[in-house]
Amino acid sequence: MSANTPALRFTSVSRHFGEVRAVDGVDLTVRDGEFFSMLGPSGSGKTTCLRLIAGFDQPTSGRLELYGQDVTGRPPYERDVNTVFQDYALFPHMSVGDNIGYGLMIKKVPRAERERRVQEMLELVRLPGLAARRPAQLSGGQRQRVALARALINHPRVLLLDEPLGALDLKLRQEMQVELKALQQRVGITFIFVTHDQEEALTMSDRIAVFSRGRIEQVGTPAEIYESPATAFVAGFVGISNLVSGAAAHALTGRPDTFTVRPEKIHLREPGAPVAGDEIGADGRIRDVLYLGMHTRYLVALECGVDLTVVEQNLRTTSMDVLSARGRPVRLVWDRAHSRPLA
Amino acid sequence: MATSPHRDPLGRLATYFYNRPRLLLLLLLLPPLAWLGVVYLGSLLALLVQSFFYIDEFTGRVVREFTLRTYLQLLEPANVDIFVRTTAMAASVTAAAALLAFPLAYYLARYASGRLKALLYLAVVLPLWSSYIVRVYAWKSILAREGIISWFLAQVGLSGLLEAVLALPGLGGSSLSTSALGMFLVFLYIWLPYMILPIQAALERVPASLLEASGDLGARPAQTFWTVILPLAFPGVVAGSIFTFSLTLGDFIIPSIIGNSSFFIGMAVLRHQGTAGNIPLAAAMTVVPMAIMGVYLLVARRLGAFDAL
Repeated sequence: MSANTPALRFTSVSRHFGEVRAVDGVDLTVRDGEFFSMLGPSGSGKTTCLRLIAGFDQPTSGRLELYGQDVTGRPPYERDVNTVFQDYALFPHMSVGDNIGYGLMIKKVPRAERERRVQEMLELVRLPGLAARRPAQLSGGQRQRVALARALINHPRVLLLDEPLGALDLKLRQEMQVELKALQQRVGITFIFVTHDQEEALTMSDRIAVFSRGRIEQVGTPAEIYESPATAFVAGFVGISNLVSGAAAHALTGRPDTFTVRPEKIHLREPGAPVAGDEIGADGRIRDVLYLGMHTRYLVALECGVDLTVVEQNLRTTSMDVLSARGRPVRLVWDRAHSRPLA
Repeated sequence: MATSPHRDPLGRLATYFYNRPRLLLLLLLLPPLAWLGVVYLGSLLALLVQSFFYIDEFTGRVVREFTLRTYLQLLEPANVDIFVRTTAMAASVTAAAALLAFPLAYYLARYASGRLKALLYLAVVLPLWSSYIVRVYAWKSILAREGIISWFLAQVGLSGLLEAVLALPGLGGSSLSTSALGMFLVFLYIWLPYMILPIQAALERVPASLLEASGDLGARPAQTFWTVILPLAFPGVVAGSIFTFSLTLGDFIIPSIIGNSSFFIGMAVLRHQGTAGNIPLAAAMTVVPMAIMGVYLLVARRLGAFDAL
């Protein structure tokens, strides 16, 4: 096997449930050692893809390879992947130590070695001394780490994570995001991470696949996905975006092609402010103001008949200032290059 | 509204109880506690007290003096025989019921859904809608020498097999309806629903993701069964076995309709308190299945059956 054999390859994989095309002709390659996210709204097919990789479900058609080996039709227990479940799926009748050592117990690893490796894992996920507890005695964040340890102890070639941070509160989730990413770099295992949280995907991933209605809309690095969304769906799902088409697009760019522009790329200027040659300027009136603490979101109604969202950091302004801006005439200016044409 | 919130008496009563939840709880618990305490525990106590009296051989009267001599009578070989026979029957009925019930309960909990599940569920509990005695008599004619089983086996030329089984000592008899095997079949039929329902309820509470996790971690289906499914369903199996075991231990109708004339605990109790008028011995004999159940529950607890409760 060569060094650049992909960790995972989907070749026109479909999974249909009767009339419902949960996964519809997906082609996908995940590289070895990559932190790869599958991002999409619920029902977009990302979890079904994960279940196909794990072997919990089999594709209706298509071919699935793990490290160059065709695993289509193979049961989960014959695949070198492990899963961290959304509900953690810890065995309630076993101690934390037995949960983590389960895979080794199944492989009949001698007790002494098993216990040693369980201890190692508990340290890796920073839960030393909890081996004797029952899962029910742990907090959500601790269960999450046990689930992670239980999967990683088997040294899988690919680790699948099904919305593992979904049940945690915001603070803990952000902590775990950093921790997971660091862990992945330390153990060097390919992570395939399913999430509906675009921010999570953007912060953690090497590459992201954006799913919609059983198909992949775009695959790329976080910056590629964010800065140059390939489709209107990606532009709308990842971050906030302004979609301009038809007559309004023609009025702004001189061409009727649909384009998108990110709200933080647009500057809010006084009416009559100068517009450089490589910039686009448009006049309008502030229709609504959303004060969000660190920044403010303005909804500006342009004279050409389209509403644009603009985000500005509150560097010098206070909530009083921004809220009084409602109804004021403004000129919006942005770099021509930031108007991204959509397919 | 600024005026007093409730003028009608019902509303005032509701508010009264809302502010005194403990009083409401007490009122709600009083009837069941009175029932359990007085009627159930009271009669149990009366039974226990009776078992420490004895019967005067000459007058045939109950002597109300504390003694253990009635319990000593239990150790007579004929009585020990009865206990062993009954316990063996209860244990084999329980084991067979668990083996039969598990796959069906598993299918009900894991695979069946919607209409099929409702139908299967109905099929399981439907026998409980009709009279128990009627069903036992129905089985008597099914198992009889002229019954459908003998007839069917004769049609397919397997009468010899039936003869061979009936010739087995301890199990057999002159026909299925007068054999221990026949009694076992009827017990199994009558108590099976009580085994299926608790196992199904226990399996219902096992999330599918646990089974997937087990497979994901390398366990083949058989390993998953022994390490995940069975331990988690075990409380259900024990709950079901408490029903089948205790119901078989105490039953006197099936042994008096099906099987040969050998005695079971229930029949012995019936005879001692009825025709023989030996209330103390009947009471002491009733304590035996209770003691056996007590031991059974202790063993079950030792095996961790109640850990998940």
